[in-house]
Amino acid sequence: MAAPIAHLGRRYHFAASHRLHCDAYDDARNREVYGKCNNPHGHGHNYTVEVLVSGPVDATTGMVCDLVELDEFASKNMLAIFDHMNLNTLPNFANRVPTTENLCIEIYRIFKKGFHAANVDRVKVEETGKNSFEYADD
Amino acid sequence: MMLLTRKAEFSAAHYYWVEGWSEEQNLRAFGKCANRNGHGHNYTLEVTVAGEVDPVSGFVVDLKALKEIMEREVVGAWDHRHLNLEVPEFKTALPTTENIAIAAWKRLEGKIPGAKLQRVRVYEMPDLFADYMGEA
Repeated sequence: MAAPIAHLGRRYHFAASHRLHCDAYDDARNREVYGKCNNPHGHGHNYTVEVLVSGPVDATTGMVCDLVELDEFASKNMLAIFDHMNLNTLPNFANRVPTTENLCIEIYRIFKKGFHAANVDRVKVEETGKNSFEYADD
Repeated sequence: MMLLTRKAEFSAAHYYWVEGWSEEQNLRAFGKCANRNGHGHNYTLEVTVAGEVDPVSGFVVDLKALKEIMEREVVGAWDHRHLNLEVPEFKTALPTTENIAIAAWKRLEGKIPGAKLQRVRVYEMPDLFADYMGEA
């Protein structure tokens, strides 16, 4: 019998600041589109990232992938880059507004490109307890 | 089609240890989870069923029946137990979050009247969960 496929979800937390501002718009248009998120001094959030990976459950270890490996990847390639940073200053957002949609896509691409111990299904980013965004390459 | 999810909680002990491996291998693979005295979690079980909404009752499934099935098949069997030592499924498979989700699925599949089992999600802690949807 083929190994059962399970999906593993892991949540990570980091804090960062951002300002939503698009250079293609004038100041009035920026204020209109982004509202209080356009405050020139920026503001911040405690972000929660939920990463969902999947794969066959190893018959010996009972695991989809090594959780320590996943945590180490997240720590080195996500938390070390974004935690306690101003997202607008990062190369990841040199040409894109650091909305949580774009942050979610960026984190999905980081995992998809670099984490190969399991299939990366989707990434969900919660900006506050009320806002969350999901991306799955579609 | 409607999806309905019901939650239940259970508390249990477990540890991770592969008998065929050396102590060093086990510690390398499982870290602090390899402590053979065991440790425990408050698990949350989320059972999602799929079905049509009954035009008269407005229900996808009899909620009381679903609660009783979850209680009888899973929570009653696992709550305040040592998964490695007392639960038959884990005589041959490690009680990882993945395997717990699969075992819960097998206990529930085919037992829910009028609705299809769609997904079993088991949270070992708020930041770690496994989903099983019957895929092989």
